[in-house]
Amino acid sequence: MKQSITLGKVTKLMGLGFLSTIKDLFTGKLEKEDFKNFLRKVVVPIASILLFIGLWHMGSKTLYNIEADFRINKALEEQGQAAADAVAACIALGEDSSCKPNTLPSPAQVWESYRSLLRDHNIISADKAAFIEKTAALNEKRLAEGKDAITYTGRPSFVDQIFRSLKTVFAGFLLALFIAVPLGIFIGLSPTLKSAFNWFIQIFKPVSPVVWYLLVFMIVKTLLIDSNEDSSFTISFISVGLCSMWATLVNTAMGVSSVDKDYINVAKVLKLGNFQKIFKVVLPSSLPLIFTGLKITLSVAWMVLIAIELLAQSPGLGLFVWEEFQNGANDSNAKIIVAMFVIGIIGFLLDRLMLTIQNWVSFDKTDAI
Amino acid sequence: MSTIIEHKKTKVITDNGLFPSSEVMLDLKNLKKVYPTPKGDYVVLENLNLQIKKEEFVTIIGHSGCGKTTMLSMIAGLNPISGGHISVLGKHIKGPGPDRGVIFQAPSLMSWMTSLQNVLLGVNNVFPHATKAQRNDIAKYYLQKVGLEDAFNKKASELSQGMQQRVGIARAFAIKPKVLLLDEPFGMLDSLTRGELQDILIEIWNKEKITAVMITHDVDEAIFLADRVVMMTSGPKAKIGDVLNIDFERPRTRKAVLEHDDYYKYRKHLIDFLEH
Ligand SMILES: Nc1ncnc2c1ncn2[C@@H]1O[C@H](COP(=O)(O)OP(=O)(O)O)[C@@H](O)[C@H]1O
Ligand SMILES: [Mg+2]
Repeated sequence: MKQSITLGKVTKLMGLGFLSTIKDLFTGKLEKEDFKNFLRKVVVPIASILLFIGLWHMGSKTLYNIEADFRINKALEEQGQAAADAVAACIALGEDSSCKPNTLPSPAQVWESYRSLLRDHNIISADKAAFIEKTAALNEKRLAEGKDAITYTGRPSFVDQIFRSLKTVFAGFLLALFIAVPLGIFIGLSPTLKSAFNWFIQIFKPVSPVVWYLLVFMIVKTLLIDSNEDSSFTISFISVGLCSMWATLVNTAMGVSSVDKDYINVAKVLKLGNFQKIFKVVLPSSLPLIFTGLKITLSVAWMVLIAIELLAQSPGLGLFVWEEFQNGANDSNAKIIVAMFVIGIIGFLLDRLMLTIQNWVSFDKTDAI
Repeated sequence: MSTIIEHKKTKVITDNGLFPSSEVMLDLKNLKKVYPTPKGDYVVLENLNLQIKKEEFVTIIGHSGCGKTTMLSMIAGLNPISGGHISVLGKHIKGPGPDRGVIFQAPSLMSWMTSLQNVLLGVNNVFPHATKAQRNDIAKYYLQKVGLEDAFNKKASELSQGMQQRVGIARAFAIKPKVLLLDEPFGMLDSLTRGELQDILIEIWNKEKITAVMITHDVDEAIFLADRVVMMTSGPKAKIGDVLNIDFERPRTRKAVLEHDDYYKYRKHLIDFLEH
């Protein structure tokens, strides 16, 4: 009993139930009727991924040819046959970025970029480690003398950018959580507050991330006017938080205001104080809705983050994408696509993470032990 | 027919409030309830007078929609009073309080808590000066009384409807109220479970002798449990229509009650009233 709980329940909790189907396949536990399930849950997704990569490959090839033909023809028209041959040869060689068609990269190019980004990360990490080692003794001395330590100021790697983005999104998410949940509880408990805040919510909920960023920028810039620290991180996480908190606010208020009347009556008859009423009755019973809100908040936060980092020039995946686009190097497009997949996969994992926490919180602990 | 006239007499006495005031636990005087509706005010209860003695078990029957729940929730303090007053031991009530325990029709347990936590929720609040161990003992004692000694740590959501209502009974008795209010507490249960829970309820009640007011739509239940059955007239402007004293000895067994000569007389009286 206890063993089956560990793997089976955890995977189910994470919404990755299909993993146990794969496990059953290898342990020979698969029944005939399960075979259909296996087909649908494992074979079909894999086939569709392969099909997607195939279509992408052909699509990028077609786009490449269109652009190559266009360049050769243009050279032919403007400079004659010799120039056209030179361009064709240059394209065939595929090394010079001045003649190479700049279009949708193929899956293979994207994979290659992914590996080069990882290599780049390893080089930068090694460099950073060496720097830290080299400056360790010096920094100790500087700190003892009351001076600031020397920090590594080299270029951040792609992996560093991912972690910066995650840091920003979690800071924004926590900000949203600490504003929206308590405010939602108050609004849900008091019809007066509800009508006081309703217009506010209705007006600000649909405002676009760009506008939030500008608003936060105006305010934070002035507030931090004396500080010479980089305010881009502060500005971007606050904007992310403000953009994404609305789903949690609305869901919390709804959950709290729609607590079963019987529960409220029980709380009244037992003369529970406000504190007990909120923490023992109201919050637990509105937890499912609060979590639904938080899940939406996290996915919105991740989605708007990219745009806001880009605007705020705050280091992270958004800025990475923007810089690659501006830079227009040989493999810039491929790097942008790598970033796209990384953004998508992290978004998916964040969603799973929230789902896992949500299931765990509403999980019956008695049968989990 | 003569029996009915006889009982009509007792009704007159109660309506005039002729119990010595030292014996009265609960007193409803000229009680009125008005619900505002889009079509104007709806007077559910008017001139409703009822006195309930200490240690008395009173059941209330009446047609659906006549205002039984309204009356009970007003006694519980969960529903504002439009006119007249309600007093417990001579003091007018103002809102709900732990001197009046309620057992709701739906068990209304916090589904995320264990049965013990559900009972403790009230106990902790009503006995703040007791030690943790003492409060645990109180909660466990009542859970044992309702036959849940093996389910202290079961989540409420894992219990059957009948078991949940047992926790509801334990929760209500554990705060040691002066008056226990029950609104069709067994209405949602099958008849077998209902019988079991009636036995459990009356067993604890025999021991604790808490004044009890219970709404039911089951005539047999009304007779089996009650010292007096109170019949409400149909609304609007419902009031007490008739009161029937049940003179069976206590403690009662279901068998003895069913075999008693007066049982069918009582039953006929109630059914005649309801069909009138
Ligand atoms: N909150 C309310 N607002 C308006 N009318 C109500 C409300 N609650 C109950 N009523 C009406 O009052 C009458 C009595 O209801 P209730 O006390 O629930 O009856 P019972 O419990 O005897 O079946 C019904 O006609 C019902 O429709
Ligand atoms: Mg009712």
